Amino acid sequence: MAYSSILDWIQFNDVMSNPFYPYQTYNLPFDIGYKLWEIIGGLIAWIINLIFPDNGVSTWLISPEVSNMFALVLFMVIIFAVAFIVTLISLWMERKVLGRIMDRRGTMVGMKGFMQCIADGLKTFMKENVIPRKVDKMTYMWTVSLIIGTSVLIACMIPLSPRWFVVDYGTGLLIIMALFALAPFFILVSGWAQNNKYSLIGGMRAAELMISYEVPMLIMIATTCLLAGSFNINDIVNAQFDTVWFFIPQILGFITFIFCATAEAERVPFDIAEAEAELVEGWQTEYAGMKWGLIMLADYMRGYVSCAMVVIMYLGGWLIPFASAEINGWVPEIVFLLKVWFVFFIMIVLRGALARVRTDQIVNIGWKIFMPLSIVNLAVVLLLKMGGIF
Amino acid sequence: MMSRDVIDIKAEASAINTDKMWVIMGPQHPFSHGLWTLKAQLDGEIVTDAEPIIGYLHRGWEKECENRTYPKIIPMADRLCYAASMTYTHLYCMTVEKALGIDIPDKAKYMRIMADEICRIQSHLMWLAAVGTDLGNLTVFLWAMREREFFMDINVRLCGARMTTNFPRIGGVRNDIDEEFMMYTSRCVERFEKAVWDIISLIDDSSIFVSRMKGTGYLTRETCVNLGITGPAMRGNGVDFDIRRDDPYDNYDKVDFEVPVLNDGDSYSRYMVRIEELFQSCKIIKQTLQKIKAIGKNAPYRLKVPSKVPAGRAFARLEDPRGESMMYLVSDGTDKPYRLKVRSPIFVNVSASKPLVQGSRIADVPAIMAMIDMCLGETDR
Repeated sequence: MAYSSILDWIQFNDVMSNPFYPYQTYNLPFDIGYKLWEIIGGLIAWIINLIFPDNGVSTWLISPEVSNMFALVLFMVIIFAVAFIVTLISLWMERKVLGRIMDRRGTMVGMKGFMQCIADGLKTFMKENVIPRKVDKMTYMWTVSLIIGTSVLIACMIPLSPRWFVVDYGTGLLIIMALFALAPFFILVSGWAQNNKYSLIGGMRAAELMISYEVPMLIMIATTCLLAGSFNINDIVNAQFDTVWFFIPQILGFITFIFCATAEAERVPFDIAEAEAELVEGWQTEYAGMKWGLIMLADYMRGYVSCAMVVIMYLGGWLIPFASAEINGWVPEIVFLLKVWFVFFIMIVLRGALARVRTDQIVNIGWKIFMPLSIVNLAVVLLLKMGGIF
Repeated sequence: MMSRDVIDIKAEASAINTDKMWVIMGPQHPFSHGLWTLKAQLDGEIVTDAEPIIGYLHRGWEKECENRTYPKIIPMADRLCYAASMTYTHLYCMTVEKALGIDIPDKAKYMRIMADEICRIQSHLMWLAAVGTDLGNLTVFLWAMREREFFMDINVRLCGARMTTNFPRIGGVRNDIDEEFMMYTSRCVERFEKAVWDIISLIDDSSIFVSRMKGTGYLTRETCVNLGITGPAMRGNGVDFDIRRDDPYDNYDKVDFEVPVLNDGDSYSRYMVRIEELFQSCKIIKQTLQKIKAIGKNAPYRLKVPSKVPAGRAFARLEDPRGESMMYLVSDGTDKPYRLKVRSPIFVNVSASKPLVQGSRIADVPAIMAMIDMCLGETDR
């Protein structure tokens, strides 16, 4: 090849034809990352080639291996950026909707209040990094990193459509649940490490909260997987395309799961671990500045994942009701996110209307209400399965 | 909605032998509305012992009064409690009038009790807002504050100020009211009687709210009387006593109202008593407006009083939104009081915090203490 004009350097190849392409199916964010690198890398290669003609580095930069590597980096950035923006929109939505419920305007800073999220982020970023003198410094820092890390990880791992995923793994929902259940342990340890009585009680409460909602939640996840015949998220959604959306056969499970998901995301009425009325800020008391800002972001990411799980398990994922497979393939990501925000809207209304439950009440609710309901739900699904309806 | 199952909270003593932990809640803590400390000893989540600490807001109010002439104390009495400024000013003026031995015009009496009831509604709405945040719901807070704003506007029309009203005077009230004010007030009250149901149904129809309040902070009738609790907290424990009815002052005997009393003795009955008092206050305001209208436009509303109070002692008491407040005045014949003693209801009620919170969970402490409706300005003085 001549490699003289810029167009010789910037070539758009099919991402699937790359021998190092990591997936079996088409992946949209990876494709975007690949195309982005083909533009950026091509430009760099062209400039280098102008200065040092025929140097070898330029051709290396646009070779399939290197393109694939940089495409992976850009892919990660895109996945995180989308999860981040979705979270910020949830945050903005909560502020606005809660504001309207409370008969006030909500945030008003730029773009209908959306810029408030950016302003808050900047503000916490500018703050001094305060570490109290008497905390167990290593545990204090590590636990909060792990809480934020696991939350961001699951937020990124939620697939938005059959073509928007990080890993198309067979154990889908189980992995998400496992990562979800890690955070309460870190909260418990973090509450202990902070050397503060409020934090200690808050950490203990996080554990108490977890034992009350986790078991019914897992039973309901098992029920959905039983109905779909697979743990894979893609398969679960496809099963809902073939039959009906799963909230119709398991309406009990749907309602119960919304409450469990609220508890999972530690939102009102189940935010006992950070009950500000009696525990100041619960386990977050000693975290200030950017650490608190990131914890807040992680909280909303967990809220997003909880809503996404409700959507995947009961509301047909990225499916449009009564639409053919072709129509479903147009903008599945947008459909999915709209559904997520709809479920999040329900959570916001719950927050606006309810008070915080007590610790013994959440255990009672978990074991005496959620647990029997989830088992009844399982029995209904078993009957349906045995009757051959699904 | 009253017959829901109560989740039993008076948890039995833990079988595990654990260390107890003192948690110092306050003076700057979200649950302490004002500046005070509750030291709570915790066994796990259960409060085994508690001790209130007050005095952070002490500013020598009573001593300051000894260096001021009688009219100058009126604005100071406003500052005793910002949520119930009208009642304290009223009480002070009543005490001095007793020392002077004068009887104020009928119109002024009605205007005073109308102002008192506006103030009571305002104070109870402030309390309702605090209950919302203590139970973890901000909607109740903002809705109650929104309703309170209408009564603030009434205050502005009445005397020009929103909170520290400075309205009663020794020998009457500051100014007369006009037709427009009466129209506005009656419209406001009528609107409020409907609008407050928004908040009440948000709380009462929600099993979470009710279960957070039912069965918590239980006191028997006898303990309540022995501790000297007064006001709505007492009437929620089944003690049927209200100074407005049983020892009427300033024409309260000429208006028709009921005193709500409930016998359950828990947080929920205290809450219900306060809510019912809102409606009774509306009733009183409407009646007083009628009476003021009947008295006529040009009737006197203020007497000229001498600046020096004859030597002697005077004592007056009145039903504050929070309980029974009393003032005791010793005069030595000059234009300044020799001694002015205030008995604030919360100063006595806060002593009940130990029996109230003992045995309940730490999560219930804000809800229980909210039913006392703390106000530290009058407590520390």
